Amino acid sequence: MELQPTSIAFMILALVAIFSALMVITRANPVASVLWLVLNFFALAGFYVLLGAHFLAAVQIIVYAGAIMVLFLFVVMMLNLNRIGTLERSTLVLRTIGALVAGLLLIIVAYAVRSIQMTSNVSIGAMTSMGTAKEIGLSLFNRWMFPFEIIGVMLLAAVVGVVALAKRDSIPFTRRTTGAEQ
Amino acid sequence: MNSGISLEHYLALGAVLFCIGIAGVLTRRNAIILFMSVELMLNSVNLTLVAFSSYLGNATGQILAFFVIAVAAAEVGVGLAIIITVFRNRHSINIDDVNIMKG
Amino acid sequence: MEQTINTANWNWLILIPLLPFGGLLINLFLTKAKLPEKLIGWIGSLAVLSSFVLSLIAFLNLRALPADQRVIEVIFCKWIEVGTFHVEWAILLDPLSSLMMLIITGVGGVIHIYSIGYMHGDKGFRRFFIYLNLFVFFMLWLVMGNSFATMFIGWEGVGLCSYLLIGFWFTDMAKASAGKKAFVVNRIGDWGFLLGMLLLFTTFGSLQFTKVLPSTIEQYPGGAPILTAIALLLFVGACGKSAQLPLYVWLPDAMAGPTPVSALIHAATMVTAGVYMVVRANIIFSLSPFAMSVVATVGALTALFAATIGMRQWDIKKVLAYSTISQLGYMFLGAGVGAYETGIAHVMTHAFFKACLFLGSGAVIHSMEHAFHHANVHSDPQDIRNMGGLRKKIPITFWTFLIATIAISGIPGFSGFFSKDEILWKTFASGHIILWILASITAGLTAFYMFRLVYLTFFGEFRGGSEAEPHVKEVSPLMTSVLIVLAFFSVFGGHLAIPESLGGHFVVGKWLEPVLEKSRSLPSLAYYKVEHEKMLELGLMAGSVMIALLGIGLATLLFWKKKQERDVLLRKPTGFASLLENKYWVDEIYEALIVRPINSISVFFWKVFDGMAIDGFINGTGQVAVWVGGGIRRIQTGLLSNYALFMSVAIAAVVGWMIFGR
Repeated sequence: MELQPTSIAFMILALVAIFSALMVITRANPVASVLWLVLNFFALAGFYVLLGAHFLAAVQIIVYAGAIMVLFLFVVMMLNLNRIGTLERSTLVLRTIGALVAGLLLIIVAYAVRSIQMTSNVSIGAMTSMGTAKEIGLSLFNRWMFPFEIIGVMLLAAVVGVVALAKRDSIPFTRRTTGAEQ
Repeated sequence: MNSGISLEHYLALGAVLFCIGIAGVLTRRNAIILFMSVELMLNSVNLTLVAFSSYLGNATGQILAFFVIAVAAAEVGVGLAIIITVFRNRHSINIDDVNIMKG
Repeated sequence: MEQTINTANWNWLILIPLLPFGGLLINLFLTKAKLPEKLIGWIGSLAVLSSFVLSLIAFLNLRALPADQRVIEVIFCKWIEVGTFHVEWAILLDPLSSLMMLIITGVGGVIHIYSIGYMHGDKGFRRFFIYLNLFVFFMLWLVMGNSFATMFIGWEGVGLCSYLLIGFWFTDMAKASAGKKAFVVNRIGDWGFLLGMLLLFTTFGSLQFTKVLPSTIEQYPGGAPILTAIALLLFVGACGKSAQLPLYVWLPDAMAGPTPVSALIHAATMVTAGVYMVVRANIIFSLSPFAMSVVATVGALTALFAATIGMRQWDIKKVLAYSTISQLGYMFLGAGVGAYETGIAHVMTHAFFKACLFLGSGAVIHSMEHAFHHANVHSDPQDIRNMGGLRKKIPITFWTFLIATIAISGIPGFSGFFSKDEILWKTFASGHIILWILASITAGLTAFYMFRLVYLTFFGEFRGGSEAEPHVKEVSPLMTSVLIVLAFFSVFGGHLAIPESLGGHFVVGKWLEPVLEKSRSLPSLAYYKVEHEKMLELGLMAGSVMIALLGIGLATLLFWKKKQERDVLLRKPTGFASLLENKYWVDEIYEALIVRPINSISVFFWKVFDGMAIDGFINGTGQVAVWVGGGIRRIQTGLLSNYALFMSVAIAAVVGWMIFGR
């Protein structure tokens, strides 16, 4: 079996993704978790490029890593969680149970994946051209027009909801958090 | 054609990431970390979708992944707003403290 | 052959029961309690009297027909049609029913008039007349119905009215209980009646008289066990309604009701329903000699038993009540030996003199009450130990009472003699010598205790106290006129029953022949065809008169001349006298043997079975739901992580099943 460049890239990216995911869920410091998650998203963007979904890779980085993670960081900073610390006091029993359940699920799914009979050994890769912005745009504005618009409305609803929720005045007893004053 | 990276590899990777996400949801108590684990799960699903799209030659998977990203963005916004509100009231984001629905 | 005539002309017969019903409706809806008593009372009385007039017209029209065509069946509408079971609202007019109708409406009518005076001033005056009219309505259906089913409607209806009227003054617990007792004991009889009816239907496929009764002799010309069973079951019903052993216990208690009720229902009409039923179904009984002997024996024994108790009772109405039971025994004796027409004849004469006796006692009680009220004395106005010497004070009551007493004692010339003697003769002629002896002894006892009653009430000195004595007065003319009418019939009403041996034609017997002719052909009535010695009959007649005179003489000896001091009379009885005075303790025995065990069983079912088992089961089910809920609700810990855990486990399970399970 020859090692192609794509295969090497895949393996490296896979290692990065898995490692960073594990780091996300095990770090005590929330800021560290956020940063590891950013790394995970970059790895995923790489995967998308490997699969020929260029536009999606760009969107992933811009929206996910660029906007959503920044938002997470804002909140973490605002609540001043890095100073308060871990705040965790769950028991070891529950943690192990959780881990076990996840492991169980993994085994099941792995078995399922292994038993897939794929007739073709076609390696999927970057040779397709359907992932370009042009192609995506054509699909999005022709066949998928209606969901696209609905997504817009949904985002509007989300914005309104967030503003309504996070407004200070609507809360009866307002606590002055130390983080806000900072 | 030699056997390079085939669909099963991507699916397996997606499964692993998904299970890591579940493990995070089940073990961590910090609400923010919990949220991030959920994001992990969503991304693994995205990966699977795009893998299938590439394998089948159909752009639908990528479009769907695009929509997932949009929805995840909205969800993160609202969810963090809720977390902020809860923190303001309870001064803690340990999800074990939010147990008024007990009973 | 019975033929039904063109019924188009006879539809007006429905008016006969409907007029009393209309009377009760008028009293119920149109007259409020504010309207004068006289109006209410006369509406009720006229309703019944107009029925009497119509019954008379029906009777005369019937008589105008040739003897073998005197069966009119008028069908009004269908009532029950289930499979082969058909019952209609229909009237059967034949010699038997026409005679009963006359008795019911005639005697009932005059008793209504009497009640206007008797119930004067009572708060329930209107209610009384409504119930009385209702009773007449049901009683008429009983005798006019064309099938056992319609008869049963009347049967139940008069039982209901009996209950309502006995417990008329229901605010007194004792009186209300008496009504309940009457109804419950009657019910036991009704059970037998119903079973008999059911057997009749399953055997012959119909309940209509014109269908069932002929088919009994067609299908079983020689009798059959099924017929005996039917007859005995029907007789159980008759025992309940007509107060024979062992179901007589309700009748003495029924004296708690107003006296007109006692006169109408418990003397003249309702209690004779049993006799009517036996005579109507005479063919069934005649086909079963065993059932006949049961009827005759029970009748004779009851007559004797009740007469002995009556000898030692102190309440004027109780004496008459036991006398009624005793006379009813005579009627059944007559029917039981096959002489059905004598039973009906005695029904007729008994209606006259017993009604007269009861109404007379009502007049006595009224006078005594009035006197005690004026003198502020609180003695029992019905206790004969408080009476005495009343004959000068209330003469009309006295003379009518005396006439009726002579009639019941069986003195020739008065009505009771002819009917009672016919029964005795037929009993002897049919070979039931022992029963004849018992019945003759009873006749003597009857004369004895009735004259004891007369002497203690009307003769001697007044024992109710000197304050009350001057206030004893005769009752209103309305009431005394009714007494006079009934006394008249007590004498002359029996002339329809004068037997041939004395030159009469036994009109009643001839009249009823079409109803009884099928029985006459059977072996159990074979003695009818035998020519008996006239001298034998006359000799026996003389003998019974002698016995009656003996009884009267004994009573005179004991109770007339001797001064009856009140203290002497109030002495506690000992020995045999105690047994009689306490009615052989029958009520107490029933209470201990039957009523208490049933009560205990009921309480058991109430407290244990219903309370613990059923309620426990139902409540337990609820409790189980609460426990299970209480346990399962602990899943809702409120902790998000727990929920997430459960969800993950479930997802893993489902995915695993999907992948591995198929």
